[in-house]
Order: sequence, then C-alpha cells, then structure tokens
Amino acid sequence: MAAIKKKGLQTLMFSEPPFITSSASLVGPKEGEGPWAKDFDRILDNYLFSEKTWERAESKMLREAIKLALSKQKLEPQDAELLLAGDLLNQIISSSYAAREINIPFLGLYGACSTMAESLLIGAMLIDGGFYERVVAATSSHHYTAERQFRSPTEQGVQKVPSSQWTATAAGALVVQKAGAGPRISCATVGRVVDMGQTDAANMGGAMAPSAADTITTHLQDTGRSPDYYDLIVTGDLGAVGMGLAGELFVKAGLVPSPNYSDCGVLLYDGLQGVDSGGSGCGCSGCMLAGPLLRKIKNKEINRLLFVATGALMSPTSSFQGESIPGIAHAVAIENM
Amino acid sequence: MINMDNNEKLKSAQQEEYHHLVNRVKPKPPVVKNCLWAFVVGGLICVIGQIILNYLLSIGLNKQDAGSLDAIIMVFLGALFTGLGVYDDLGQKAGAGSIVPITGFANAIVAPAMEFKREGYIFGVGAKIFSIAGPTLVFGFVASVLIGLIKLWTIN
Repeated sequence: MAAIKKKGLQTLMFSEPPFITSSASLVGPKEGEGPWAKDFDRILDNYLFSEKTWERAESKMLREAIKLALSKQKLEPQDAELLLAGDLLNQIISSSYAAREINIPFLGLYGACSTMAESLLIGAMLIDGGFYERVVAATSSHHYTAERQFRSPTEQGVQKVPSSQWTATAAGALVVQKAGAGPRISCATVGRVVDMGQTDAANMGGAMAPSAADTITTHLQDTGRSPDYYDLIVTGDLGAVGMGLAGELFVKAGLVPSPNYSDCGVLLYDGLQGVDSGGSGCGCSGCMLAGPLLRKIKNKEINRLLFVATGALMSPTSSFQGESIPGIAHAVAIENM
Repeated sequence: MINMDNNEKLKSAQQEEYHHLVNRVKPKPPVVKNCLWAFVVGGLICVIGQIILNYLLSIGLNKQDAGSLDAIIMVFLGALFTGLGVYDDLGQKAGAGSIVPITGFANAIVAPAMEFKREGYIFGVGAKIFSIAGPTLVFGFVASVLIGLIKLWTIN
C-alpha cells in the first residue's frame, strides 16, 4: 500500500498546493546593514528590542513577525488556526513564549536551523491534508542568545576561525493558506539525518553540507526534475565553506545546479561585515525567505524556488562528549503557478 | 553480520574521504598575520606591565610588593576593558596575544560574570563566574600541590 501523496523515497506532492499569502521579517542591526535592508519589514536599532534580556528580545522578534505577517492580510493573530514555530534555544523558549502571547494552537518544532523549511512543509501537509485552512510557520534566532548558549560569553576575547559563522539576529513568519493569492508550495522533501563524522563546531557548514546534498539529490530523483527546473536552489546556512563543499558533493552526485545554486548564509551579509564564512541560525534562512526571496518570487524574478534549510543537530553537551555533528536538510519547492 | 561490518567499513571510508575534502576546501587561518598581531598586542600588554612595575619600584616598593601590585593593576585593567566592551574585539584580532597575559585571565572571569548577571547573582554570576577560568584554577591548584610535594621530597 503506497501513500497517495508521497513520491519516491522522501518527497511529498501536494494535490492542492497551499498558498503562501503573506510573510514578514524582522532583523537585527547588523543584518540591516547588509545588502537586503530594503526587503526586511523592520530593522531593529539594538539587540535588546526594548526588553530586559536577549532571550526576551528574540521571542518578541518572533511574536512581532507573526503578528506583522498576519496584519499584512488585515488579520488578527486569532484568525490563524495553528502556529508552527521553533528556534535554537533550549526547550525552544523563544517560540513557546511567543506562542503564549499569540494565544492560538501551537506545535513547537526543533530542527535547529532547518526549522523554517520544517515548519513550512508541515504546515503545507496539514493544509493539504484538510486539517487547517490557515497556519503560520515561523522561526527566529538571535546572535547573542545563541552565542551564550552554544559558544562563549559574548565579552570573552576569543579568536574566530575563517570557517566559523555568525548567528543571524532575525525572525521570519509565513502565512500558509488553503486558498488565496501568492506563490504555492508544490512539493517538499523531508530530509534524513546525515552525519559524516565532522566534529568541528567552528565549521558547521562542513557538517551540514552532506545533508543538503543528500536532500537535494533525493528531491530531484523523487520528482524526476532536473536542477535547472528551478530558477534558484538555495540552502539555508552552509556559509561560503559549506557551499563550496556542497558544490563538490553535487559534482560527485552528477548534479550541476550552479549557477542557480546559492546559500542564504552567503547572501545575508556583505563580505566586509566580519562574519567569516557567512550567516547561520534559524532566522538566517527564515528572514531571507520571508524577505528578499519571496519578494523576488512576487516580482517574477524567480518563478521556481527550491528552499533547502539546513540544520546542525548537536548540542554543547554532545560536543563536549566528543560526538560528531549530525546534519539535516528539508527541501520545500515554492512556485508561481 | 558480515554485511554490517562492510556497511560500517564503507561508512567510515566515506567519512574519511569527506574529511579530506573538508580539509582541502576549508580556508586556513592567516597564521602569519595572527602571529604578528599576537606578538604585538601581547608584547604591548607586557610593556605596559613593565612600565607600571618600574614605576612602582621607583617610588620605593620592594620587588615582591611591586610585583603583586603590578599584577593587581593589570587584572583591574583587563576587567575594566572587558566591561567597556573592548577586550573581546581585541581578542578577535590578537588571539593568544590577549589571552595569555594576566589581563586575559581577568577577561575570562569578568566576561561570564557580565553575561550571566541576568540569571541573578546566585545562579547567574555566582554559579557561572568561573565557567571559563575554572579549569585554569583547578589545574593551577593541582600543579601547585605537585610542586609543593616535589619540593618537600627534594629538601628531605
């Protein structure tokens, strides 16, 4: 007995592709100095966002992004039937505390930095499955909350290496509906956890690149599409190092997605912003999708986008215990139809 | 069983191959530039320490007191510049040049103290203040005990 909406090994084909009717993005000061300032809805002038702690600031960013995405459609938070959200902090507090204020049914997700794609694909499944008519998929990350949880105190004088990445201060929210106007989610590929034995937490792109290559290869096999079917295949936060590695892995798999291949972590900042290999964090791919990428889709500069958010599924505990870093990537195909 | 062994072997071979690829693609840290920065900044911190020491000696302190006071002043300066938010920027450039001197030790204690103040004075500052410098202290104590024992043993 085969599942009727599943194709190939891991890909879900939506029979009535759900619409992305609205989106909103909030970013921190540094992200606002990057090349996409015009595409973000709001740029914060400081990292605290009028809150007492960075954690509260991150949660507020997520909450405001969700509210803003709905208000663009002249909707109140209560008009959404379900919130799907996740973030990087322990016990996903940014999302849970944002959901406390939004006060609609909530499913918390953890996919590390792959959360934007994970929430989007689950939202699309729930809508195409007939369970909901309007859901919100959202995610956030904050440079300083991530830094203190995963690395070292922010004022400590440590030297970063060129392969390290900068966790983006950003939140993105998308409204997904059964009916409406806008680009549609035609299919999605749920990724496998791929671990190539990388242990260097200062090279997350290197740890995640194999999972991105695996998911993209599987997606193309499952759908029978060629890489140039898409105007752009964009990974979440591999950074320059991970993107280079993914390029090598594509060649090995016999794929040639370039020049249509890029990475949100590489795109988010200017090279001169001192971010080494590039951006990372849930918000990195979240704000790039909710801001610049969806704007380009609306303007028909991009008609078919394969959005592949990537996550590194380790914790400080597993790193100290010598475990390698498992990677995951989920792909969502967003198309003008 | 044999099949599983083969799978394991294949996996570790793939991991090894990927490891080589990562090492080839990964950018190398600018070692010469980093060393120069570390040399200059570390050297400057030591020069400042020496100037203070010379001054303390010139106003008539004996060598031991001047040395202790010098260390106290340098720790204070390290803490001050951490609090002013400058020391982490210096560390990004200078690496070991600003970690190894005693000012770096001050930074390693003040940075977590500042960071965890929002979790309160007991479970934040109090519990986390030695989270970075703790290992230095523990193994410093262990080394001092060992050296004490060696001294005791060689004197007898």
